[in-house]
Amino acid sequence: MSIDIDTARKVAHLARIRVEEADLPALAGELSGILTFMEQLNEVDVDGIEPMTSVTPMRLKRRADVVTDGDIQGKVLANAPDAREGFFAVPKVVE
Amino acid sequence: MLDLTYETPKPKVIAGAKHDWELVIGMEIHAQVSSNAKLFSGASTRFGAEPNSNVAFVDAAMPGMLPVINEYCIEQAVRTGLGLKAEIHLRSAFDRKNYFYPDLPQGYQISQLYHPIVGEGEVLVEMGPGVARLVRIERIHLEQDAGKSIHDMDPNMSFVDFNRTGVALMEIVSRPDIRGPEEAAAYVTKLRQILRYLGTCDGNMQNGNLRADVNVSVCLPGQYEKYQATQDFSHLGTRCEIKNMNSMRFMTQAIDYEARRQIAILEDGGSIVQETRLYDPDKGETRSMRSKEEAHDYRYFPCPDLLPLEIEQGWVDDIAASMPELPDAKKARFMGDFGLTDYDANVLTADLESAAFFETVAKGRDGKMAANWVINELFGRLNKQGLTIAETPVSSAQLGGMIDLIGSGEISGKMAKELFEILWTEGGDPAEQAAKHGMKQVTDTGAIEAAVDEIIAANPGQVEKAKANPKLAGWFTGQVLKATGGKANPATVNALVAQKLGL
Repeated sequence: MSIDIDTARKVAHLARIRVEEADLPALAGELSGILTFMEQLNEVDVDGIEPMTSVTPMRLKRRADVVTDGDIQGKVLANAPDAREGFFAVPKVVE
Repeated sequence: MLDLTYETPKPKVIAGAKHDWELVIGMEIHAQVSSNAKLFSGASTRFGAEPNSNVAFVDAAMPGMLPVINEYCIEQAVRTGLGLKAEIHLRSAFDRKNYFYPDLPQGYQISQLYHPIVGEGEVLVEMGPGVARLVRIERIHLEQDAGKSIHDMDPNMSFVDFNRTGVALMEIVSRPDIRGPEEAAAYVTKLRQILRYLGTCDGNMQNGNLRADVNVSVCLPGQYEKYQATQDFSHLGTRCEIKNMNSMRFMTQAIDYEARRQIAILEDGGSIVQETRLYDPDKGETRSMRSKEEAHDYRYFPCPDLLPLEIEQGWVDDIAASMPELPDAKKARFMGDFGLTDYDANVLTADLESAAFFETVAKGRDGKMAANWVINELFGRLNKQGLTIAETPVSSAQLGGMIDLIGSGEISGKMAKELFEILWTEGGDPAEQAAKHGMKQVTDTGAIEAAVDEIIAANPGQVEKAKANPKLAGWFTGQVLKATGGKANPATVNALVAQKLGL
């Protein structure tokens, strides 16, 4: 499977990454290369094999239902470009 | 338990200009999980806190922060699945649903697209006595809620609060088995009732803790039956999704509007474009959310931060063993054990608090009489004053004590209404209050007999009339009750009057 320039442009837009028009052909080429490698991996017969999620058997770590965090409004907002009255302030988005 | 069998309701039919159309509706209900902490962080879920105070760095998606799942939220999802008679998947997994919006700091929502924790189940939706729709549940998955944006605090800015970000949601997806706006509302009502019985979601629609996305399509009569026979969606019309409904009234209005919009397009020779729409309650119409369209490419992939979720059958069994009695079972039991009507049983099982109150009142007493007092007098009075059952000034013990006084013939039904009033305003022990206010029904037939004799002797004209027309005997009963200040038992008086008049 190969990625054309339009697809590369769309993927960049969906990921909100600005890519100059001139850079798109090279990017499309690199993405195509990655997918070609995937296709090569797809040739391996994995029928009946459970997908592996970790090298050693591990169980998803759980937490008890206890409030242990929060009340750090100042820290949460510290890096916000704009914050007002405890809220993040962003350019207007209305549906 | 009663064996209840139900008839299937008729679908809603809308007459178009050319022919009749039927509605087909499927729903995705987002139910916020009742828990103390969020799905993947230790921040509180409490509603109404200061903006951005219930936020951990995980929720704010600070670099390097990793999600750790809240075990109780898993338990709640399993409990919900069991409550909907659904299959529980011992192995499920989390995926990332990628999109950009200011209230989603991660840039993705952790959800369960490919391997949800709960599979197929069902909900019985009653539409009237003996009429019900069995709505199939396709799946329930766990996911993160988004934050909230406020648009009206500044003309040029939107304000964002992440307090709700990362709170656990259950998305409950139905099959397209719902056939009209009223059924849709009844389905949400029933699901909400079950969730509240289970204690897995508080069902507060006003706060957005329960909200519905409604998929609406229309088809010609006969098409739906073909779909049901084959499960092939091509027999159905193209659907549109109305997002974020959190009011039953608006939901029924939106479905009705949307169905008529689609019918108008189809009869005009057009075709329906599958899209997401929003309902505008002010205008009473749905409109397209165009900006959502391109964002629909969510590029789902397995979340690399979380291992698959594996749970043990023994743990599921423990949850199953601790399940409360659910609405359908409770209703059947109330009808069977207490001889209640379908209607009364529905009212009394609407929520757990009402059901528990009624059971305490009815225990060891006449169930129908208890139901009448709880529904007509108590609920009537509570509604009038805008109180909930938890705020009732008359306790179940007081109401029960009062019913005992009626049952033993110590007070009449009329006196009981006065006594109820006294208990409501003053409180106190029913028997003591009855005694204090001189409420004692005269059951001594000697005293009643004397009163009857007196009235008969004083009204020879009425006696003649009553002998000619026995229906007029009621006049004597009335007079006797009046003379005894309402303390005589009406049934006793009736019998004596009939006997004395030789009727």
